[in-house]
Formats: sequence, C-alpha cells, structure tokens
Amino acid sequence: MSIVLAIFLGLVILVLAAVAIYHKNLKVAIIATGVVGLFASVLFLLLAAPDVAMTEASIGSGLSTIIFFYVLNKIRQSND
Amino acid sequence: MTQYFTLEFIAMFIGFMLLIIGVWGMLTQKNLIKIVIGYSLFTTGLNIAIVSIAYIKNSTAPILDKAVDRASAGNLVADPLPQALVLTSIVIGLGVTALMLTYVLRMYKEKKSLDINSYTDLKW
Amino acid sequence: MARHYAEHGAAEVGAANLVSAVVVTYRGFDTLGEVTILFLAAAIVGFFLKVNTRDNEREASLRKTSEILITASTLLIPTIFMLGVYIFMNGHLTPGGGFQGGAVIATGMVLMIMAKPNVKFNHKLLAFLESVSGVGFVVIGVLGVLLAAGFLDNRILPLGNFGSLLSAGAIPIIYVLIGLKVGSELTNILDSLKETQNEK
Repeated sequence: MSIVLAIFLGLVILVLAAVAIYHKNLKVAIIATGVVGLFASVLFLLLAAPDVAMTEASIGSGLSTIIFFYVLNKIRQSND
Repeated sequence: MTQYFTLEFIAMFIGFMLLIIGVWGMLTQKNLIKIVIGYSLFTTGLNIAIVSIAYIKNSTAPILDKAVDRASAGNLVADPLPQALVLTSIVIGLGVTALMLTYVLRMYKEKKSLDINSYTDLKW
Repeated sequence: MARHYAEHGAAEVGAANLVSAVVVTYRGFDTLGEVTILFLAAAIVGFFLKVNTRDNEREASLRKTSEILITASTLLIPTIFMLGVYIFMNGHLTPGGGFQGGAVIATGMVLMIMAKPNVKFNHKLLAFLESVSGVGFVVIGVLGVLLAAGFLDNRILPLGNFGSLLSAGAIPIIYVLIGLKVGSELTNILDSLKETQNEK
C-alpha cells in the first residue's frame, strides 16, 4: 500500500519539476516549486520522519514561495 | 528484480531524479529566476535522497512514547542521525535561496535584464 | 551507530524525541554552525537591500486590504504565534523543535504583513532578540564545557521525569533560544524584502 502511494507521489513530483523548469510563465513555475515541496513533505511522512516533514512543509513550501513572489513583484514593478 | 521495489529504493530513485532535473535546469536555462528555481529543486531532491537512507523496513518514527517499547527500541525505530542532518540542510537551503534572490535583485537593478547572456562583464 | 542512539539515548540524554537529542547534544556543534549560517544570510540580505529613497506617495496610495482578511487575521495571528511557541517549547517530547517553531512564527508575520501592508517592524527589538538568543546559545555551550562533559552537554540541569515538560536538562532552554533566533532572523529577511517594494 505505501509502495503504491510512493510511486504515485514520485510521478507527480517529477512531472511538476519538469513543468517548473520548462514553463514560460514565471508564476506557474514558482507555484510548481512550492507544490513539489509539499509532496516531498508527504513523502517524508511515508519514510517515518515527522520532524523533517514539518520543517520541509513550513520552510520549503511556505517561506520559499513567498520570497520568490516578493522578488518577482519587484521586477515586474520596475518593468513598467 | 523484485527486490528493487522496496520503499527506500523508490524514494532514493525519486530523490536522484529530482536532483538531476534541478541541475539540468540550472545549467541550461537562461532566465535568472529559473536558475534559482533549479537550485531549490536540487536541494529538495538531495534531502529526499538522504532521508531515504534512514528508513529501515517496517520501522516507525524515532520518538519514544507509549507505542514504542523502550527496551527493544533499537529494532523498531528508524535511524535518527540522517534525519537530524537533513533538518539542518533544509534551513541552510532556504538561507542560500534568499541570498541568491538578493543577488538577482541587485543584478536586475544594474542592467534591467533577466537574461544571463547579457552579463558579459567577466568574459574576455 | 543508530542502534546506540536508539538504545542509550533515553538514558543518557533524557529526551523522548531522538532526533532532538541528536541535533542538540550529540551533534550540537553542527547546530552552532547552522545558526551562524542563518545569521550570516540575514545580515547579507539586510546589507544588500538597503533602501535609500522611499516613495511616500506610493505607500499612501496602496489599496486598503479587504475586510475578510483583516478580520480573519486578527483571529488567526495570536493562534499562530501560540502554536509556534508550543512547538518549540515541547521540542523534546513531540516532533518539532526550535527550527520548526521559528518558521511558524515567521509565517505568522507574513500574514500580518499581508493584512496591513505598511506595518513597521521595530528593528531594535528584532536585533536585540536575535543577538541575545545567539549569545545565550554560546553561553550555554560554554557552561557545558565548564560544568559537565563537553560542549552543549545538557546535563548542567537535572534530567527530570522522562516525558514531562521540564525534563531533559537544558534542551528546552536551548530550543527556546533557537526558536526566538530563527523567528527573528526570518522576520528580518522578510522585512528587508518588503521594504524594497516601497522604493522609488
């Protein structure tokens, strides 16, 4: 059961990583990076590591996406 | 062949594929922000690969409470040492990502371009 | 090696959370290095993003945020802070610890920035919290050298009952200091990034 879940998570993670690198719209790429962090947090729970899952969910999927969006907004703002 | 379908092998495979996608993105993309996204994916993949080493078959989280018998805890819990190292690594990854984005902001203010081919100051 | 940590960790360190025991006592020096790297990153971000010319009319003409967000955030922000403090105070008993609690507190600050875009953080208070926590962490480490076996040993305070809140020696104190330090550093980084939005 957990092996089927791990295979499913793995496929979703790899597809989203390819979207994050090759998509032209930067907002979509940043959100895809955030969702990769979220699914990696679920994978950490499957691997019996609750501390690491909590850290990755709050830091990798929350704060990192917010910092990316601040920088993107500043660049858009000085573009027009 | 069927002994390769254990959970730790699949997780290590996912981690290494994510690492390769991240490094590929850092090397081939031209947009500066895409390079930082590639670095973030690379760090996440590396952390998955390290945590997958710590998993022992049919083990549980390394916290001793009522569900884990303290006398025979050595056989039941997963390895706490790689998990402690990955905790440090995730926080350092955030710090380095914030630093790289600061550099992107300053570079953009100098030349008004997000393309890495237009920064030719160090080429000779 | 893992078997030694699992079998003797409870007796030697007195913490129920084995990962906390490894991070703070067996590998305490790595935690000192990580705290240093975070401090360096926050200092460099604050140095590079210094804003010289503020654009005051842009700041005054920012759209007022919607009422749902303001009402919900007055209810949610104290709860999020309390959750962060709970996470790092019980770091030695349940999954959690200083870094997770600090990140939750920084996320609460993000909600405050979104609800009230021109909130001004008290830079003196943040700098004071950060430096006191950092110095306190090193002082406890040196106390470990003087009073017990090695750097950052947690037997300088007595190991209480296994599983209660005031157990595991100096681990709760170390986690409180790490939680405050990480929370104030991440808030500093977010504040430096927010100030660049107001630049001319």
